Formats: sequence, structure tokens, C-alpha cells
Amino acid sequence: MITGISIYEILTVTSILFFIGVYGFITRTNLISILISVELILNAAVVNFVIINKYLFPEVLQGVYFSIFIIAVAAAETALAVSIIINLYRQISSVEVKDIETMKY
Amino acid sequence: MINMDILSLFIVVPALTVLVLIFTKNLKQARIVALAGSLVQLGMAINLIFSYIKERAMNDAIMVFTKDVVWFKNFNIHYNIGVDGISVALLLLTAIIVLAGVFISWKMEDLPKEFFISLIVLSIGVYGFFISIDLFTMFVFFEIAVIPMYLLIGIWGTGPREFSAMKLTLMLMGASAILLVGILGIYFNSNADGGALTFNILEIAKVNIPSDVQKLFFPITFIGFAVIGALFPFHTWSPDGHASAPTAVSMLHAGVLMKLGGYGVFRVAIFLLPEGALHWSWFFIILSAFGVIYGAFAAIKQTDLKYINAYSSVSHLGLVLFALLMLNKTAWNGAILQSLSHGLMTALFFALIGMIYGRTHTRDVTKLGGLLKVIPFISAVYVIAGLASLGLPGFSGFVAEMNIFVGAFQNDDIFYRVATILAVSAIVVTAVYILRVVGIMLMGPVKNEAYLTLEKVRWYEKIGIVLLLLPIISIGVAPLWLSELILKSLDPFLRGVL
Amino acid sequence: MNYIILIPIVPLAVFLILGLFYKKIKPAISGYTGVMGLFISTCLAFYTAYNYFFVIGKTEGVYQTFVAKTVWMNFTDSLRIDMGILADPISVMMLIVVSVISLMVHIYSRGYMKGDPGYTKYFAFLSLFTFSMYGLVLATNLFQIYIFWELVGVSSYLLIGYYYTKESAVAAAKKAFIVTRFADLGFLIGILLIGYYTGTYDFEILNNPEGAAILSWASTSFMGLSILTWALLLIFIGGAGKSAMFPLHIWLPDAMEGPTPVSALIHAATMVVAGVYLVARLFPMYYFVEDGFALNIVAFVGGFTALFAAVIAITQTDIKRVLAFSTMSQLGYMMLALGVSGYEGHEGLGYMASMFHLFTHAMFKALLFLCAGSVIHAIHSNFLKDMGGLRKYMPITNITFLIAALAIAGVPPLAGFWSKDEILVAAFEHNKFLYVIGLFVAGLTAFYIFRIYFGIFWGKEGSYKHKPHESPWSMTAPLLILAFLSIVGGLIPFSRFISADKIGFETHTNYPLAAIAVFVGLIGIGLSWMFYKKENELANRFSLGFGTFYTWAYNKFYFDELYLFVAKKIMFNGIARSAARFDKKYVDGTMVGIGNQTVKTSEKIKGMQSGKVQDYAFAFIAGAVILAIICIYIWTN
Repeated sequence: MITGISIYEILTVTSILFFIGVYGFITRTNLISILISVELILNAAVVNFVIINKYLFPEVLQGVYFSIFIIAVAAAETALAVSIIINLYRQISSVEVKDIETMKY
Repeated sequence: MINMDILSLFIVVPALTVLVLIFTKNLKQARIVALAGSLVQLGMAINLIFSYIKERAMNDAIMVFTKDVVWFKNFNIHYNIGVDGISVALLLLTAIIVLAGVFISWKMEDLPKEFFISLIVLSIGVYGFFISIDLFTMFVFFEIAVIPMYLLIGIWGTGPREFSAMKLTLMLMGASAILLVGILGIYFNSNADGGALTFNILEIAKVNIPSDVQKLFFPITFIGFAVIGALFPFHTWSPDGHASAPTAVSMLHAGVLMKLGGYGVFRVAIFLLPEGALHWSWFFIILSAFGVIYGAFAAIKQTDLKYINAYSSVSHLGLVLFALLMLNKTAWNGAILQSLSHGLMTALFFALIGMIYGRTHTRDVTKLGGLLKVIPFISAVYVIAGLASLGLPGFSGFVAEMNIFVGAFQNDDIFYRVATILAVSAIVVTAVYILRVVGIMLMGPVKNEAYLTLEKVRWYEKIGIVLLLLPIISIGVAPLWLSELILKSLDPFLRGVL
Repeated sequence: MNYIILIPIVPLAVFLILGLFYKKIKPAISGYTGVMGLFISTCLAFYTAYNYFFVIGKTEGVYQTFVAKTVWMNFTDSLRIDMGILADPISVMMLIVVSVISLMVHIYSRGYMKGDPGYTKYFAFLSLFTFSMYGLVLATNLFQIYIFWELVGVSSYLLIGYYYTKESAVAAAKKAFIVTRFADLGFLIGILLIGYYTGTYDFEILNNPEGAAILSWASTSFMGLSILTWALLLIFIGGAGKSAMFPLHIWLPDAMEGPTPVSALIHAATMVVAGVYLVARLFPMYYFVEDGFALNIVAFVGGFTALFAAVIAITQTDIKRVLAFSTMSQLGYMMLALGVSGYEGHEGLGYMASMFHLFTHAMFKALLFLCAGSVIHAIHSNFLKDMGGLRKYMPITNITFLIAALAIAGVPPLAGFWSKDEILVAAFEHNKFLYVIGLFVAGLTAFYIFRIYFGIFWGKEGSYKHKPHESPWSMTAPLLILAFLSIVGGLIPFSRFISADKIGFETHTNYPLAAIAVFVGLIGIGLSWMFYKKENELANRFSLGFGTFYTWAYNKFYFDELYLFVAKKIMFNGIARSAARFDKKYVDGTMVGIGNQTVKTSEKIKGMQSGKVQDYAFAFIAGAVILAIICIYIWTN
């Protein structure tokens, strides 16, 4: 619990973070940038877990434990994504998302 | 024991034929197998008529030779089969036409094995449809009968075959979709009297389905079946479909498949929803009577032989639906006789057109001329078939049409009278288009030098023709046995409508 | 009387044999077979007539009807079609007529059609026709007569179109069939009406003057007339088509495209009288229903046709066409006679006269046609302008034609005089207006028939490519036999055998009226003697005097053009073409349009599969947000 700051303010911050991530995911042309945006989304969720834990359920620590899980999963997923991007780069020599639109009508 | 399974054999024998066909390697083997299979079928069909007559003398049930095997217990779907006079006659019709079709396809050079397989699969669907008493089984066989058409027309057809195949199959599938709605509607209301939901036709007939349900589902079911029976305005799959189809397929389709419509209307729509039928008959009578005249007029100005025949079928089959809606025994007798008669005649026509096309490589009436001098047998039979088609006494068409007209006339109301007179006046228009074709194509001077060396009729073509012509003549000259056979089976259907 | 069934069976057997073994039979054999078959039938017919009229027919002065029939097809429990034979005065008489004429034509054809490639086919069709005609006259009920009616029509079609490589023959055959089919439509509707309202098709039951069928005429009416009257009028339309009554007459002149013996048999003596026979067959109904309303119409149609056809016959230059219109005119006489007839005893004079005229007309008209055939065979042309002076070369044909011409002109004591006279007497007794028309037509008849007689056998000799010679005996023998019959045929005391109520009666010649009729006939002959015996300008000046009326008559009053217009412009191009176009563009267009619409919609929404991951993600998130908002909304309410 941090004095002087209510939960709503922090939740606002994480929401903004979340939607910045979503925006980045939808708009960025570089695959790595998309990956970074995904990280942003995940991190926003992590902060949410910790804050809600601290503010609403101060006696228990489940939220904090779960945030560790999320960080681990995010790391694994990033590793996987980067390996896919590297393979893709070997095929098309580019990390732009507009070069992989072949599976369409 | 043998007797009980006599009907399932109608499905087993063609299935076996298909199985053996898979192992054949070339045209010669394929056609022998197909021929053998169809001959056995014909034998069975003839045998069935005699067994049926014998059985009828002892047994008064609506359907005889029945067999009931549970298929999907949860939905109360059974593999339920049985026949009465009408089914027996139509089974014989199918057997004759399949055999004639095999003879006509004696020289089918491309992919003969697959062709004969599709043809026989189609016939399985038809046989199954005629012997089913369970609505679901009936629908399954209906689909089996319709779907191979796509392959048959699309692969072995001529002209814009993919387009025609697509149009035909999609329109008939659309009709099946509508039909399924109707069937399900009937199914879900089959417990109106407190029993279980059932697909069995005989049991549903005993149930009193509420009047407003009947009025809702009758048009749906009727249209579902009548599209394949060439009801105006849903008939347009027929001209293109028949024009592009190979000969044997046209014969089978126009000769047999289009009868499924009339049969289905009779067995399902009118039998199970009689009040709906009474309520809606005026509307569909207008459509079918109009179709009779419209088809005949449209046939006058066509130049493609197969189109003429297709519109002729629209006209003749319009009479079948017209008669079915008159809701009395004479008209129903006429409708079934017309189904049989028209099936044989149109198959004969398509066979002849196929022979002419095979020799002259054109179906354009205006380019042909004077064929009577060059291919006398085929032309003479064409004239005979034409005369049969316009309802000349001595052929089955007359017998059927007179029953329809007399039956239709039994309805006193001025509406029915006007509709009947409209339908009767089609005999003049039919004469016009038939004689026009005969005059332009067969008579007159020989138009094209090349025709002077056309090949005379071959032995297998002769057999096919005679096979179709004999029943037409025998029903025309001695109709009593057949009309009595059918008339006796019509009583249970009348009870609902009265 | 059951042996009567053999009479139609023999020609049927001949037809089947000749038809099935077409290729294997030598022409000479088929000719002999045809003639033999018909000879057997003729002998049987004469035996039947002798038996019926002189031995067993009469019971207590009334001629009985012998019927033997079997069920052919059941419509309902009460309505059905029977097949059988019915022997009564007019059917037995018709058996004689059909047999004699058919036999003569068969014998004649052996000479006329010699060398023609379709010889066997010809005899097969002739036998088919004879079989159908026998079936028609022996019919026991309306449907049976309709069945054979159609078969007769088809035989006519096949025979008119015999020279099938000629386009005009094909067109004529088609026209004949379709016009008569149109008439048959009326016939069929009439049959259906009678079947429904009286409950039967059977002639015996229908024709009973005290039976329920006739007596019920007043019970149902439609637009002011009894429904039975409508039925009878519709049936008359059928008869009018076959008997070439105005306005359904247009097929008969064109039917002359067929070989001449066919014209003699079918279009002079037998098929065309089927309409008259039909009305005679149903005469009690026609007479008793609504006091003979339908019968009046029959009389006037007959009278008008007689006049109409005679006027046209005067102008025609093709001898067969003259004879065709002459037939039409004489058929008009027969219908007129039926129309003015009563029922009992002497009142039924018209009925008797009509049948008598049918009988005698068959003889001399067939003779006229066969003579014409003989002439055409010799000089290879149908037209008067190519003929002339043939009496030197074809003496037998000349004499027999003259006899037939005198007969048709009504000169006593030849056959035509007796029958025509009875018709005029009947007309005089019932309707003076029709009598005057009949008398005038008698004059016209004499005029036109002698016009062609003089034109063919007298006058300036035509330029012949090779010297015409008399026809072989196979052709002249029938001419002589028919000439003999034309002479003596009228002396038969017909009224003792044929009458409307089946009780014979005696007729006495009405000398004043007979004298007037003969006088008018002689005037006609005299006028044509003046105009045509020697080459002169009188005829041309006379016809110019008539001006436009002559042109109209020469062109048969443009009815053919009218019908052709209606058929081609209205039916074919107007209705049929529009129907075909409507079907292709709109009805089919709708179905194809539905298909096209599906494709277009698919084209529009396929953009959703853009291949871009980010679009998919956007859709995903947008969906999730919307769902979340909905859930919150539901949750808070």
C-alpha cells in the first residue's frame, strides 16, 4: 500500500500501458516492435496483479507469485517468437509484417 | 425369408455391381458388368410385379414386403422399406430405363468404369427412394440420387457442362434444403397424438397433425419435391442440365429422377399433410397448369433438340403435379401413369437425340433435315415417339392424359374447370412443336450433303429403343392391368383427403 | 354378329405385317397383301350387311343395335372406356362404304403407285387407315370413337406426308393434323363434359330418348344454354374439323398434296365423313337436348360451308383442289341435311338423306378423284391449263368421269340425284332459307364439275410431252366398278334401312321439287357447256365482271393467309418466342442471378481474410472489448 495514491490511479496507469501495447501490436510494422508491444501488454497485466494484491488483499501474496509466473511465461514466449522471426528472416530477408501476408484470399 | 428381403435386394444388387465395377479395367469389361447388373435388376423388377400381385391377393396392408431395422435409435430413424402398387410400377420403370441407358452407353470411351459406377450409384438412390417408408431414409436416398448428377454432367457432358452441372446440382440441393425443413417440420409434429416422434410415413399418416402446421409445411415440402419435378418457376435447371448431359444420364434423369418429385409429393406431401394440400391446392394448380402450357409454348421456338425435349418434360410433368393436386383417385391414377409413360417416352427421345447427335454432331434442328431418308429406323422411331408424346391413342401417353383429364374434370368448381381446360388445350400446342421438329428435322429434303453417309442404327441402339418402345405400346394398347394395379393402391391415400 | 370384329382385325394384321417386315417384302407382294386383306374385309362387310338388313337385324320392325364390348380401362367406378363393336344401321352401312371404297383404292393404287420406292409403306399406311376407320364406325362409346378418330387423323398425316421430301407435303400434313387436333380439343372437352354430367360415355345409354342422359339436359346450364348443349356443340366442333366445315376447312385443299388415291379414300369418301357420322351417331342427343338447339347450328354451318366451298370451287385451276372444295361443299350438304332433320318416321328424312348422300357421294367422289388421278398419272400435271382434249386418248376415264359428273350434278337416274333430292326436300320442309341455298349450290355444283370435265376432256388439246395413254386395267377397273355403283347406287330404297328412329319408312319422290333441282342442275351444265366446251372468252369476261369478288374467291377468301398469320405471328413469334425468352432471361435469369449474387457477396466479404496478422488481432480485440462491455452491462443490470 503506497500512501497518497489510490488504486484507481495505478489501474489507470496500467490500463494506459495495456492499450499502448495493444496499439503498438496493431500498428507497428516491425515484427520486433510487435513483440515489444506484446511485452508491454504482459507487463501491464503483471503490474495489475501486484497492485490488486497489495491494495485489496494485503495479507496474501498469490498475486505477487502469479506475476512471477507471468514474467516467466513472457520470457518463454518471447524466446519462441524471436526464433520464429529468425526463421522467417532466413526465408524472406525481412522482419516487416507486411511481407508475410501470403495466406489470404 | 427370401421373400422378406426381396426389396433390399434392389439396393444390394446395384451395390454389388458397383463393387465389381471397381475391379474392371476397360470399357468392354465395365459395360458387361453394368449390363449384367441391370439385367438382373430388370428380372427382379418383373418378378416383383408378379410377387406383388400374388401377395396383394392375400394381404390387405397398405405396404407389403416390409422390413424394419432400427438405424438411429435416438431419433427414431429406421431403415424401413415396403412397396405398394405404385412403387412396384415405378421400380419396373427404373429398371427398364437403367438397362436401356446401359445399352445406349455401349460405346462410352472416356473413363467408362467411373461412368458406369456413377450411373449405378444414381440408380441405387432411386431404387432406395421408391422402397423407403421412413422419411429420413427416403431423404438419404434422394440425396444419393441427386449428387452423382454433378459428376455425370460435369465430367462426361458436352457444351457448357460445368455450368449446367453446377446449376442443376445447386438448384436441386437448394430444393433438398427446403425439403429437409419440411421433413423436419413433419417429424417434430409427428407426436401430435401423444406418441413418440417418428419418421415412419405410415404412422405419421395416422396422426392428426394440427391444421396450421399442415398449412405451413405443405408448401415447403411440396416445393422441395416439386423442383425436381419441374414445377414452374423452378424448372430452369432442366433445359441446361439435360442439354449438357450425356445421353444415358439425360435418359435416367428425365426418365426417372424427375419422377421422384411427383412420387414424393404424393407419398409425403399429400399423404401426410392432406389438409395442407386441400388448402394450398389452388395455388399450385395455377403454377402447374401454367407450367403445362408454358413449357409447351416455350418448346415451339427452340432450336436445340434437347431443349425442346426438356421443355416438353416441363409440360408433361406439370400435368403430373396438376393431377396430383386434384385429389381424387382417377387423377392420381393418371398422374402415376403419366409418370411412367413420360419416363419411358422421354428416355426414348433422349436416346434418339443422342443417336442423331452422335452421327451428325449437331443438335440444331435448323441444320438438320431429311433424316428420314438417311437413317430410316431412328427417324421412324422418332416419329412414333413424337406421336406417343402428343398423346396419340395406342400409346401410354393417351391413357395417362385421359385419366388426368377425366379425374380433373370430376372437380365441379369453375376454377378447376378453367385450369383443366387450360391444361387440356396443351394437346394442341404439343402437336405443334412435335410436328414442327419432325417436319424440319426428319422430313423434307436432305439438307446437308454429309448426311447421305450417316451410319445406320447399330444393334445395341436397337435393343435400347425396343426396350423402351415396347412398354409404351403395351400400356397404350392394354392399359387395364396397370391401371388396376395402381388404382387398388390408391385407397389409403384418399382417406386423408376426404 | 361377333365375326364383325374380323373386319377391322384383317387390315390391322396387314399393317403390322407390312410395317414390321418392311424391308423383306417385295413391293408386288405387299400390294397383293393389301388388296387381299381388304377383299376379305369387304366380303365380310357385305355378309354383315346382308345378315343385318335382311336377316336378323329387325325385331318388330325396329332395327336392333348389336353390341359386344369389353372393358378397356376404368376411370372411376362408373366411368370407363370400353372397346367393342356396335352394329346398327348406320355403322353397317359405313362398313360397306369404307370397304368398297378402300378396296377400289387399294386395287387402283397397285397401278398408280407402281415403281414408287415406298410402295410397301404406302400399303401399310392404307391398311392402318382402313383399320382405324372401321374402328371409328364400329365404336360403342364416345371415347372409343375418339381413340379411332385420332388414329384416323394420324393415318391421314402419314399419308398426306407420303412424299415426305417435298416441303409442301410436309407442311400440308402438319396443317391437317394440327387443325384437326385443334378441333379434337373441342371434341375432348365435349366428351369430358358429357361423361361428367351424364355419368357415361356409352352410345346406347346416351342415345336413349327416354333415358336419364337426354332427359337431364335441363338440370345444369351455363351461360343460358344447357351444359349438354355446350357439350354437343363442342363435339360438333370436333366433327367440323374432320369434315372440313367452315372455319376449320383450311387443311382439306392442302391435303391434296398426298397421292391421289389417298385423296380419294381419305379426303373424299371416308375420313372426312367421320364428322357427319359423329353427328349422326349422336343424333338422338342432338335432336332432343334443348329442342335441337345444337342441331340448328349444325344446319347453318353445313349450309354456309356448302355455299362457301362451291363458290371457291368455281375459280380453282388445280383439278384436285376443285374436287377438294367440292367435297367440302357436299359435306356441307350432309351436315345441312342432318341439321334440318326430325326424328320420327318421315320427319327423319334429313337424317336418312344425309346418310344416303354420304353413301352415294362416296361412290362418285372417289370415282372423280380416281379419274383425276388417272389424268394426272397420264400427263404429270394437276392444272387445267395443261389439259384439254383428253377424250381421244383416255376413253374409259372420259366416260367414267362423265358419269360421276352427271351423278354429282344430280341428273337422274344416277345416284346423286336421288340423295341430293331427298336433302333438298328435307330442307324445303323445315327451313326454306336453307333450301334456297341448297338449290343454288346444286346449280353451282353442276357448273364447276362440268367446268373441269370440259376443261380436261374437251376444248383445245393441251401440249403433251408424250402422247397420253389410258391407264392400266388395275386403275381403270375400279373406275368402271365405281361408275356402275354411281349409276345404280341411288336406286336402293335407302329409307327402308336407314332412319333416325331405326324404323324404316317409305319415301315418295316430290316431283315438283325434283324437277326444280334437275332444272337448276341442267342450267349449271348448260352454262359450263357454253363457257368451257370450246375455247372462248366468255368465262374470262364473266369472271372479270365479278372483279374483286372473283379474286377473293380465287384466293379462297384469304383464310389460309389469316390462319398462317395467327399461327406464325401470334402463336409462334408472339407467344412462343416470348415464352422462351422470358424463361431464359427472367426465370432462369433469377436462378443464375442468385448464383451470381452469391459470388458477388463473397467477393465483397473475402477482404476479411487479408492475411495480415494485425487485422486479425484487431478483430479479436474489438470482439473481446464488445463482449466485455456487454457482459458488464448485463452484470450491472
